[in-house]
Order: sequence, then structure tokens, then C-alpha cells
Amino acid sequence: MKNPAAIGQPLDRVDGPLKVSGAATYAAEHQLDHAPLVGWIVEATIPAGRIKALDTGAAEKSAGVVAVLTHNNSPSQVPFGEPDDEGRFTQSRAMLGSDRVRYHGFPVALVIADTLANARHAAGLVEVSYDPAEAVTTTGSDADEVPDELDGGLDPDVTRGDFEQAYSESEVQLDVTYTTPNQASAAMEPHATIAEYDGNELWVYTSVQLIGPAVEVLANTLKLDPDKVRVLSPYIGGGFGSKLGLHNEAILACLGAMHLERPVKVVQHRRHVFHNAPHRGNSVQRIRLGASGDGKLKAIGHESYMPRARGYAFAEPTGASARTTYHADALLSRHRVKTVDMSLIDSCRAPGHSIGSLAFESAIDEMAYRCDMDPVAFRLVNMPDREPASGQPFSSHDLAECLREGAAKFGWDQRDPTPRSQERGRQLVGYGVASTIRMNILVKSTTRIRLSDDGSLIAWANMTDIGTGTYTILTQIAADILGLPAGKVSIELGDSAYPASCGSGGSFGAGSSGSALRDACMKLREKLVDIARKQESLKDADFDGASFEGGNLVLGDKKVPLAELVRQSGHDYLEVDGKVEPGEDHEKYSQHSYGAQFAEVTVDRDTGEVRVRRMLGVFSAGRILNRKTARSQLLGGMVWGISYALLEELMLDERCGAFVNRDFAEYHLAVNRDIPEVEIHFREQPDTHSNPLGSKGIGELSISGAGAAVANAIYHATGVRVRDFPITLDKLLEHLS
Amino acid sequence: MKPFDYQRLAAVEDLGQRVSEGDRFLAGGTNLVDLMKHEIETPERLLDISRLELGQIEDGGDGGLKVGALVTNTALASDARVRERWPLLSAALLAGATAQLRNRATTGGNLLQRTRCYYFYDTARPCNKRNPGEGCGALDGFNRIHAILGTSEQCIATHPSDMAVAMVALDAVVNLRAPDGSERQLPVEELHRLPGDEPQRDTVLEPGELITGVQLPAPPPGRQLYRKVRDRSSYAFALVSVGAILDVVDGKVDSVRIAFGGVAHKPWRARKAEQALQGQKATEENFLMAADAELADAKGYGGNDFKIPLARRTLAAVLRDAAGAEGETTA
Ligand SMILES: Cc1cc2nc3c(=O)[nH]c(=O)nc-3n(C[C@H](O)[C@H](O)[C@H](O)COP(=O)(O)OP(=O)(O)OC[C@H]3O[C@@H](n4cnc5c(N)ncnc54)[C@H](O)[C@@H]3O)c2cc1C
Ligand code: SF4
Repeated sequence: MKNPAAIGQPLDRVDGPLKVSGAATYAAEHQLDHAPLVGWIVEATIPAGRIKALDTGAAEKSAGVVAVLTHNNSPSQVPFGEPDDEGRFTQSRAMLGSDRVRYHGFPVALVIADTLANARHAAGLVEVSYDPAEAVTTTGSDADEVPDELDGGLDPDVTRGDFEQAYSESEVQLDVTYTTPNQASAAMEPHATIAEYDGNELWVYTSVQLIGPAVEVLANTLKLDPDKVRVLSPYIGGGFGSKLGLHNEAILACLGAMHLERPVKVVQHRRHVFHNAPHRGNSVQRIRLGASGDGKLKAIGHESYMPRARGYAFAEPTGASARTTYHADALLSRHRVKTVDMSLIDSCRAPGHSIGSLAFESAIDEMAYRCDMDPVAFRLVNMPDREPASGQPFSSHDLAECLREGAAKFGWDQRDPTPRSQERGRQLVGYGVASTIRMNILVKSTTRIRLSDDGSLIAWANMTDIGTGTYTILTQIAADILGLPAGKVSIELGDSAYPASCGSGGSFGAGSSGSALRDACMKLREKLVDIARKQESLKDADFDGASFEGGNLVLGDKKVPLAELVRQSGHDYLEVDGKVEPGEDHEKYSQHSYGAQFAEVTVDRDTGEVRVRRMLGVFSAGRILNRKTARSQLLGGMVWGISYALLEELMLDERCGAFVNRDFAEYHLAVNRDIPEVEIHFREQPDTHSNPLGSKGIGELSISGAGAAVANAIYHATGVRVRDFPITLDKLLEHLS
Repeated sequence: MKPFDYQRLAAVEDLGQRVSEGDRFLAGGTNLVDLMKHEIETPERLLDISRLELGQIEDGGDGGLKVGALVTNTALASDARVRERWPLLSAALLAGATAQLRNRATTGGNLLQRTRCYYFYDTARPCNKRNPGEGCGALDGFNRIHAILGTSEQCIATHPSDMAVAMVALDAVVNLRAPDGSERQLPVEELHRLPGDEPQRDTVLEPGELITGVQLPAPPPGRQLYRKVRDRSSYAFALVSVGAILDVVDGKVDSVRIAFGGVAHKPWRARKAEQALQGQKATEENFLMAADAELADAKGYGGNDFKIPLARRTLAAVLRDAAGAEGETTA
């Protein structure tokens, strides 16, 4: 019988029962011997300048207050951003280190009290006055700084061939500018930390995607020995990039704990999260496309303009889609940034491809119409045979098949190609398509496993599960390779005491941490076989056909329980380390996951309200590790895509550098009722170069393209091309007479 | 939250003379408690009215209905009599908030919920409604969700309730009880006020006045419709909403009542549009003409300019549907 926990099976989440019963401890829920004190962040109300005066007298006298921490009394720290040569996740994130205000919302004090209510009330009593400085808060196409590199180590500028010439000689040309707004990652769990310090060791319970850098950033900020810092993050209620690095409340909780030598908890209020955790900057994307009369792309140009937070080196590669999706004789991709006095700008849900595809796949759609071609057919004639930007061969390429299969399944041929030609009552109906592509990354990762003499297996890694299903797929990888039932495998993650792993981000978590675990399990298999070989009773057994099933080593007609092999080894348990590192395959090949997404929308002729009626995606992401969690990842990305296209926008009030819609009533994300029937299909094709499992990244795949499919459907429904996302009804209304 | 006293009232009579300016009534708490956490509301004392016997829906005589102030939004929306005879009210309630909030929110609390203006919620920004004389953050800031009718330079906020829009169209009346025990009645239409130069005052209620219930008169003839236009299909406040009751006899408007939501500091009864339509043919042209009559004085502030054409088109669409023309409306 097939192991129900085998790789690919839709095994239920192993941590599901803990989560639905409230037994999974999220950052703010850890129970210590003593209830922690509670801190509340006091935010600066100017975008840049210095604190002129701070009066904490009234707050200190307020009921329950234990301390008010400011730059005047907080523990000594390394200045923000040092050392220079570290990456952004490990450089000092000093808070309350000086009187300088870095951005609106920047912490100017932490009020620590016995209860949340007392801390919050006293926070309102802290009086701060400022010497404001000139601040830059907004960016447009005036961004002219060249970043050293883009996120993921990509070059800001890439050119192939002579773009200007190829473009000017093209029979069909398109020169359009798209804009996307500031966005918040909007994880359900706000950023939260409990810190405990005994004068020697610092323990930090937090919500962070990458544990290793979290230890380093604390050591680098707080002048501690990394060996004295322990970070625990076993359960995370979503990160979406905003928890890659440690954020403000974590540093503040540690400062409080070190100042008082008592545990301190700081949970960001939802309103804090919008400034005290990173967000995505707005983008201006100028796209120029040139094609021959028969719809073959000759020139692809993409110029991106975005803000970069002062002192924080993150620049988003929005040109990713333009660089990788279609063939053209000439390519020009350029990224410029402008330094702003805004809260940190960092990765947010598929940095690069998500908002890159929103603009680029819309422009490609425009070009298809301009060439008088079907949008699917136009994409198909422009498939690349090598990666356009690097010229490298693809490890595998399946975009064309995704498009074909998706079109057939969606019923694309039912569509009247003419824009604004389909009506249902007062509703205009449209179909849209977009290509989906997201790079596949492998990150160095290690793990340790232990098989005990009761036949149970434990695996440790400082990996995290941000709600994606890591615990579950790792259980399956071990269960599959060692022939164990899921119940015999336990996966221990989220603790800096465990072996260093890739962490969660960039869709690399499953493939990287899973491959390290695979490596350990394969080595354990060898070890077990070696032990068996030494057994007199198994002298004549069939070792060539050795397999692992049902908790046994199976040698022909002989079965030896793994527990017994452990006992025969003379040890209480067997321990093996595993690891994976990117090698030649990642240098030689351009690696991506693929998909094609289709959407049907209706647009109300009276009010301009857009509703998505149906979505379908066909995805090719190598070997699927768990059909259920994979489907959930893709579904989630499609839901985000609907939000990108229609809803999400942080409104930045330039007068004070603050986002004004700082809650989920007014920062709109799609809700249940906005989500229609969504169909997801896999084209399962293991990639022999991606990693030893043959899997590829899936977490950020569908979000790259879903929004454009919706936007393109709106164009087809209305004949109106809105180039300023999100496409809210006010932008359509005037065109719908 | 600022420390406060808490007192639970067992009977309406307990109110006595003791109510003072710094008191607030606590009903479902879905709006008040939120505002208290932000210290936008800082009552000295909370008078918890949630145990008062005001949770009944009773026949009100003359074919009307008497709705207790503590009837939840869910109970009111699902009442069989309301669904059959005042479907406009039921639809408006169900278009608001979420099931969880409606289970908790009360009729009295819904009427008195406060604006969702971004700057009203951000205590670091100026707001005349929070702090009279401080200035209005929205006027030159983000005002996409703000008012186009009856505004003042002091405040351009909207009243966010859906339920109240239906009640205004249905000529509902609030029953009020003053701390001295005296009672009065007020049409819902007159409960909320325009901001003028006192934007801090949302309503005409006197300090300590309690809403004991709402009286729904027998419904007028005609088809009742509520249409809420919003950015997403649930859990969003109205950009513009329209509640209408239209009776067409022989192709002509015999009677019509119209109220707008999302356009003013109060639920906006569109009397000019009603007058313009009275006795006229029920045609698209006339519907648009009526909307124009109502919106002649409308004023946009940049971000909300689109609400003027949106209100016009939505009204025409609702009247078209009410008049019986074919057409699918968005969920
Ligand atoms: C996220 C969110 C989304 C929402 N979306 C919508 C929406 O789309 N449409 C909509 O209409 N509403 C919406 N609401 C608002 C909701 O309808 C109100 O919060 C609710 O109706 C208030 O009722 P309550 O009983 O909880 O009032 P409370 O919060 O208890 O009280 C509100 C105010 O009324 C006063 N009060 C209460 N009862 C009385 C009384 N009997 N006499 C005198 N004064 C009284 C209180 O003192 C307080 O000032 C939303 C709310 C939230 C939080
Ligand atoms: S519109 Fe009214 S509520 Fe909003 S900021 Fe201005 S005064 Fe305050």
C-alpha cells in the first residue's frame, strides 16, 4: 500500500490540530515563568528631524508604568546601519539610539507597564516636540539613483542588442507607463516579540522568517555575543516578506528586557505595523515594446522607478518579468531609485515579478491587441528558447504548454475577441490571460536527523513555517524516504539552536530545506543498510533490492524494523547531518517555475464595480511535494492577485510622510466574497536541475501574473485600459457611459 | 484607553438625573470600544445599557413596527415582518459590516456610529471633529470616502451607516428618553446634523438622551431597493448607497422616496429628486434628471469628485430596477 504520507500526497497539515485548537504558540503567546511586562511603541509624528524635547513625567507616573525608554536612557547600541559591509538583515537596527527621527512612525519611546491597557494609555501621555527637517517622501519617474544591486543580487541594468534601434525599426510600437501603489505585506499576525534577558543571555520569542540573520542582527545591534542570543519562532502567522528581517518591536522588546532584566512583550498594534514593519514602495514602470507585423517581439524595454528607504539598501527588481518571459532581439531593463524618508521598504510578496508582471503582462496584452492578435497566440509566438537577459539555457521551460492547456480548460475560444463585446444584463463581461513565471532558487541549508530505538525520527533545522506547510512537507520527505508513517516523524523548527537552514522567503524554503533533509535521510538509509549487512541472520538477504516500507528495511522477503537496526548499532539512536548547496546547475541554467492564468470579470455599466467571476491557473513547478498545500499556496497567490489588480493601496499623505489608511477597514484586501470559483491544475514535471527533489518554488508563483489576468479581463470587458493600479471603480466610471 | 467608571443599568428608570456630559452609553460596543482604545472617545463613565429591556421588535400599531434600541442588526435584518414589508431595511442591514459585527451591533448604536474619516482615526493629525478648531486633515488630504453634499469647510466627513439610510427613506422615527424621564420623538432624518461650524456634534441629541427605539411606520406602496456601491463586495463602507421606494402607476411615478448614503454628514434624504419625479414618466431620462436636481449643489474635494457621477448613475440604476426594467445588479 502506498504510504499516505509519501511525497506528493495531499497530507493534511501536521500542525493543523495544534493551530485550530490554539495550542500552537505564536510569538506573543509563549508562557514564561513570569508574565512579561508589556511595551507600547510611541511613534514619531514627523517624517524627518530631531527630537527637541521629550517629557515622560506624566507617563512615568501613570498607573502600572514600570519604565519609559527613550534615547536618553536606553541600553547602548551600535548605530543604525553598521557595519557597512553586512547585508540589510544583519546590520544594526538601532531604535531609541539618538534623537534623530528616521521616518513617520519611527519609535521615539517605549512605554513599559504591567498591562497592555496601562502601557497604551501612558503612551498617550508622553510629550514630544520636534525640530522637523526637510523630508522627501514621494517618488515618481524623477528617481535617478542607480542602486548597487537589486534584491536577489541582480544587476540594476541589463541590455541585450541595440534596443533603441530595434525599437525604432519595429513596425508596431507601444510606449506606455504603468504605476503601482505603495503596499503593505498585511500578514494576519502582527509583528510581535517577547524578550527575556538575565544579564548574560538574551532569549527572543518572535515572528521572523529567517532565524540566522535574526540572531546576528540582535548581536550586531545590542553589542552581544551571538552565542548568547537565542531566537525562537516556531509558528508564524504569515510574513509575506515583511518578517524576513527582525523589525522594530523586536529591538524594542530586547532594549526593554535588557534595561529592566525582566521579560518584556511588544506586539505591534495593527496601526503600528504600517510604519514599524517594512512595506513595498510604489513603482513607475515605463514599458516600450516593438514588434514586427506578424507579432514577433523585436524590442523589450522596461524602466523602473521606485523609492528606497534612507539608509536601507533594498531595491525591487520589477524588471524581472520583462527580463525573463519573452524572446526579443533587443532588451533594455533599467532600475532607478530615489532615497526617501520613509519607513523601511523591503520585500513584499514576490518582489519583482508580482508588480513587475502586473505592469508588464498588461503591456504585453496591449501589444497583442495592437498587433491584432489573440493574447494567448501572441504570447505563444514569443516564447524564448534561452533566458533573454542572461542568454543561459532554461533548466526546463513549460510556459507554452501552460498557456495551451489553460486556454483549453478555461474555454478561451468562447471569447469574442473584440473588447467590450460581451454583455450580461447591465454587466460587461471580459476574459483575460497572463503568463506567470518566477525564478527558482536554491539556498544553502543544513539539518540533523535522529532515528531512535523506538523507530521514531526527529529532524531539526532553524527553518521556519510561515503558514505555508513546511512542517508537513518535511514530514512527508522523511516519511517517504525512510518508509515511515507520518506519526513517527517529528519536525522541529524555528529555533536558533538548531542547524542553520535557508529560512522562508523567495519560494526557496521547501526545495532547499527539503533537499537538506533528503540528503540526511538518504545517508541514514545507507547507514541502516550497513548495519543490516553486518547481521549474521541477514547474510543471504537481497540487499540489491533494499527498500524502506512500513517502518522496516525490506530485503526481498525479509523485513527488519528500523528500531531493531538502531538497537543493533549499539547506540540509543542514530544521528545524521544533511545539507544542500547550490552548485553548477544553478550557475549553468536559468531556473523558473511557470504558469498561465485566466480570469473572467464583470464590470457594472452603471457603477464601474468590478467583480471576478472565475479564475483558472495551470502551473508547472516541478515535482509537487504535497498537492494540498501546493494548491493552497497557488490559491493564496491568486487571491493576492485580485487584491493587486483591484484593491490594495497605501495612501501616502505627503504632508507628513504617513500612510493614512492604517487599518484593514480601509487598507483593502480581497475578502471571501470577492473570491470566485478558482480552478488550479498542475503540470507535474520534475526538473532534474532544480534540486535533488526535483521540486521548484511555488509560494510566489501565482501572485506573479494573477493580477494582470484580472486587469486584462477588465480591458476586454470595457475597452478601457487603466494603467494606474489598483483599478478602482472611479478610474473606470467616466468611460462607461 | 483612559481609565473610566463603569456602571450597568438594570432598568431605564435607573438613568434618573445622574447622567452627565462625560457619560457614554455602551450597547454592542463595536464602535465605541474601538474609539476608546484610540482615546478618540474618552468617557469618564460608561453606562452599560446592554441589559435594558429594549431588545424586542413589536407591532407598533397602524401597520408599523416598534424596534427596541438593543435589537441587533442581525435580528432586525432577519425578522420575518421586516423582510416581507421593509425589505429595504433588511437589505441595508445585510450590506453592512460582517455577520460577526451585525450579531453584536445594535439599532441604537448603529444610528450613532461615528465617521470612518482616516484623519478622525489618526490622532496625530488635525481633525475638527475630534478637536474643534484644530483644522481638517481631509480637506486638502485624502478624501476619497468623503462627502459631496452639505459639507462645510470645517468638516467633510460622511455618516457611515447603511441602516440609517434605509430608515430615512422609510420615514422612521426615533424614540428618545431624556435623563429626567421625559420622552420625545424625532424623525431619523432629523437626528443627524450637517457639520456647519460644529463638526464635533454628529446629532441633535441632548447630553444623556437615550434612544429607546425606532418606530417604523407602515411601508408606502412600491418596490423597495437598496444598492450599496463599494470597493469590495463585503466588509467595506459605502462609497455611495441608495435606498429607494418607487411606486409606478400607468408608467408614471405615483410616489417615490429616496435616500443616499456615503455622500453627506448624515443619511441624505433626496427630496429634490423626489419632487422632480413626482407624477413624471418612469424613464431613464427622468431618473437622471431627478438625480441632477438633487446633485446640483454637490461639491467634490478632489479625491471624491467621482462620487458625483457615481451617485447620479447609481440612483438612475436603482430607480430603473425598481421600475421593473430588466437588469442584473452587482452583488
Ligand atoms: C470593521 C467594521 C466594519 C463596519 N462596516 C459597516 C458597514 O459597512 N455599514 C454600517 O452601517 N456599519 C458598519 N460598521 C459599523 C457598525 O454598524 C457599528 O459599529 C455598530 O452598528 C454600532 O453598534 P453598537 O451597538 O456596537 O454601538 P456602540 O459601539 O455600543 O455605540 C456606538 C455609539 O452609540 C451610542 N449608543 C449606543 N446605543 C445607544 C442608545 N440606545 N442611546 C443613545 N446612545 C447610544 C454609544 O454611546 C456610542 O457613542 C462597521 C464596523 C466595523 C468595526
Ligand atoms: S472631515 Fe471631519 S472628521 Fe475628517 S478630518 Fe475633517 S474634520 Fe475631522
